[in-house]
Amino acid sequence: MDPVVLFFLLGLLAGLAKAEIRMPSAIYEFLSALLLITIGLKGGVELAKQDVWQILPQVLAVILMGISLPLIAFPVLRWAGRFTRADSASIAAHYGSVSVATYAVAVAYLARENIAFEEYMAVFMVVLEMPAIVVGVLLAKGISRRTEWRALSHEVFLGKSIVLLVGGLLIGWISGPEGMVPLQPFFFDLFKGVLALFLLEMGLIASGQVGSLRRYGVFLISFGIAMPLFSSVIGAVLGAWLGLSLGGIVMLATLAASASYIAVPAAVRISIPEANPTLSLSASLGVTFPFNVIIGIALYHKMAVWLVQQGVGS
Amino acid sequence: MSGELRKLLVIVTESSLERNLVRDFMEWGVTGYTITDARGKGSRGIRDAGWDVSANIRIEIICNLDVARRVMTQIRQKYYANYAMVSYLTDVEVLRSEKF
Repeated sequence: MDPVVLFFLLGLLAGLAKAEIRMPSAIYEFLSALLLITIGLKGGVELAKQDVWQILPQVLAVILMGISLPLIAFPVLRWAGRFTRADSASIAAHYGSVSVATYAVAVAYLARENIAFEEYMAVFMVVLEMPAIVVGVLLAKGISRRTEWRALSHEVFLGKSIVLLVGGLLIGWISGPEGMVPLQPFFFDLFKGVLALFLLEMGLIASGQVGSLRRYGVFLISFGIAMPLFSSVIGAVLGAWLGLSLGGIVMLATLAASASYIAVPAAVRISIPEANPTLSLSASLGVTFPFNVIIGIALYHKMAVWLVQQGVGS
Repeated sequence: MSGELRKLLVIVTESSLERNLVRDFMEWGVTGYTITDARGKGSRGIRDAGWDVSANIRIEIICNLDVARRVMTQIRQKYYANYAMVSYLTDVEVLRSEKF
């Protein structure tokens, strides 16, 4: 198992045992900013080497996926899970969006397995983060005049993760590979160390969700595992169809399977106030994130290998 | 040296509301406020400020009774139902009372 995953387990166990480790929230903020910028920079450098017009159809297809996933999740939550309309919409929005930490773990996983992937996929993360939020709000309220669209668009376009990711992408794109050389030691060489510490903190946070999971029960836990499995199939098939490499298919499956816990909770808290944030967070952080990090990514890798062997897409 | 009496309104709530509240305050005639990060436990569980979503803030506003009552009525209507929020009002003695 990758050491960064072991750091996550350490955090999880320490949190469950109520051990006295607590990172200042400023450190958590710093580490997450560093991850976002690094992923953005890497993506930007790769983007500079690509013909942007060639990527555009891929981006559009990925946006469509981001819109469809919450639309599929919503009825399941509403009727099988018997959640209120607001709660179903909020959870659906979380699962349509993406998690940067899961993406980062997949990057580390592929590096360890020596599998290359299209690093410009950081762009996919940007475009996957946003549509699900808008779909979620529409599912919760319809096109209502009561929705504060101005406040929502502020959250959607100027949320911390979007600004740092897009900022990193642009800086990487403008500077190109040579421009990145002086930044190499700080942003790229330290990537795994930063990720390890970040995952330690994520483990602590995830362990805090266990109490509410016990309260909300079996459906939420099953949903938190079944939904990423289902989404990963969609992501992997789409990746194969778009002609991505093996690594690219694994990444798109992982992106589809991951659930947001930074951008979406903040936006949904403001835009769907009546939704209970504990429900969506305990599912995405308490179940789906650990599942993806510990088991999921390796599983999506196997699925991608199988798809490539079947010659899907080529 | 003796000061004049004013009201101190304290609001403890979710940090995700900060931007909205600050905008509301201006509309409701609040001229100044102080915000600090906070953590604690209440009817909505432990809010330990470990990361953004579970972070709380504590807002202090020194103002006259009218403004304090207006803010309390408004936040109750607008936020109490769906957000973790507690507010209380006390007397305080201030210097340079024209500021408040």
